[in-house]
Amino acid sequence: MSTDVIITSLFIFSLAAFVGFEVIRRIPKLLHTPLMALTNALSSIALVVSIVILGQGETTYAQVLGFIAVVASSINMVGGFIITDRMLKMFKPRERVVKPAAGSEDGAA
Amino acid sequence: MDRMNWIQLAYLVAALGFAFSLKWMSQASTARRGVLAGEIGFGIAIVATLFWPDITSEGYILIAVAFLIGSAIGVPLGLLVPMTAMPQRIALSHAFGGLAVGMVGIADFYLRREGFTNFDLLVIGIEITLGFLVFTGSLMAAGKLQEWLPQRPIVYAGQNIVNFLVLGAALALVIYQMFEPDQNWVVPAIVVLGMVFGVFLIIPIGGADMPTVIALLNAYAGLSAAALGFVLGSDLLIVAGALDGASGLILAIIMCRAMNRSFSNVLFGAFGATDEVGSGEAHEQGTYRTASVDEAADLMKIAHSVVIVPGYGMAVAQAQHKVRELADALEKEGVEVRFAIHPVAGRMPGHMNVLLAEANVPYEQLLDMDEINSDFPQTDVVLVLGANDVVNPAARHDKSSPIYGMPILDVDKAQTVFVVKRSMRAGFAGIENELFFNEKTQMVFGDAKQVVADLTTEVTGQRDAISL
Repeated sequence: MSTDVIITSLFIFSLAAFVGFEVIRRIPKLLHTPLMALTNALSSIALVVSIVILGQGETTYAQVLGFIAVVASSINMVGGFIITDRMLKMFKPRERVVKPAAGSEDGAA
Repeated sequence: MDRMNWIQLAYLVAALGFAFSLKWMSQASTARRGVLAGEIGFGIAIVATLFWPDITSEGYILIAVAFLIGSAIGVPLGLLVPMTAMPQRIALSHAFGGLAVGMVGIADFYLRREGFTNFDLLVIGIEITLGFLVFTGSLMAAGKLQEWLPQRPIVYAGQNIVNFLVLGAALALVIYQMFEPDQNWVVPAIVVLGMVFGVFLIIPIGGADMPTVIALLNAYAGLSAAALGFVLGSDLLIVAGALDGASGLILAIIMCRAMNRSFSNVLFGAFGATDEVGSGEAHEQGTYRTASVDEAADLMKIAHSVVIVPGYGMAVAQAQHKVRELADALEKEGVEVRFAIHPVAGRMPGHMNVLLAEANVPYEQLLDMDEINSDFPQTDVVLVLGANDVVNPAARHDKSSPIYGMPILDVDKAQTVFVVKRSMRAGFAGIENELFFNEKTQMVFGDAKQVVADLTTEVTGQRDAISL
């Protein structure tokens, strides 16, 4: 890549990293596990370049590598978003006090 | 505008979606909206990519097949994995991420190396090394967390020298291929060395250090994605990689601070191993007091405020649902119940929060170390459940202790502390815990889940009718 492109890329990287730091710094420890799951899903955006490599299929070799990359990235994308949402659904604010119904009888038995 | 311009514009929208996604993650109330923003950005990027020039019709079929296979694996991994297995699930996804960027890196190298500058070759060499290091390192971490591999750190003499030699050899090859990109054997050799280094890196890591290591692998995965973005000129990948890398790095820093250790100490210090030696010495143990479940329950019932300190032991015993029942029972008696969560409790950042949220504990009750530490002097009863080193007061004053300087939950400042434990055996790091011999502390021996269930029945009073 030419020097221009390198500088533009560094520009984008630095600004994105800065924004990332400032935004992510504010995320409470409470949500750190869903955060990891989410950023993992987001970075599976490598899927777009995998799609291009596989789709253009310039050599068989590239096709095989691209195929593995698309499979691996789509696992992360699909699984990552689902699991992040599944976790976040569980984080609920306080409502009424939940009655300890069934569980307390377990212990007595 | 030509087609590529439209695609780039779509990528810009996707990148903005990612930024909003993380912004909305900053509050539990908006976090799910954040996931949606990420998904929309992702969807736009993928649809746009399908319009990429020169994708053949065979290519479209292969893309569809690969995507379906990935989804067929991804959906169950998203829906079925239990919350207790979350650390290994996250580690596994880092492995897939590393594998994907590693594969694309290799393919791109062989397709386009003729047109590469030295800088391109350097970046792609680093990218491939990182990608495969993350791949095997994360698989190792997942294996240890799943207990398919021994959780105990494995150390041997000269381990760090061997590790540095492997990494050094990989980097030497990266430099070499900058000048000799036509040598076909070099990249596969880099791949192998990267994978070997990934394995070696995790071998000496013990379970207690997993939160830091998972966060670091997260950072590496992000960096390798960003490096791939540099090589391919994909700004979207650079942005996503930078965000992922920043997130991993922040988490790793938080974890290290919470243990008062440096990255190099975590990676090359083999913490657990040195401590095993320490625990072998015969210590003057002092005396400890024990309490029965009835006694503990009676005191908790009349307390104004109770703080529960969960640790990895709670996760192992799968006691989180029972713990929530106990909290509910105490609240019915008018006791204020809160949870004090140390940043490194468990096996990954935020592990305890997810488990307790799964058990329907409202998130207002889950308090971070910094939020709750000043409240301990006004706390009547602390219930320590499967946590050990994070409540050891030796960290504050005993300079000879391996955990000296680590920020801890000041539970010893509360009126009474109950520690639920199987036996007096030393904790994971093998360090003697002063708290157990404190005069305010009473040990309640037993399995965490059973003890908590018994406490609940005592508090609700149902047990009395049967046993008396």
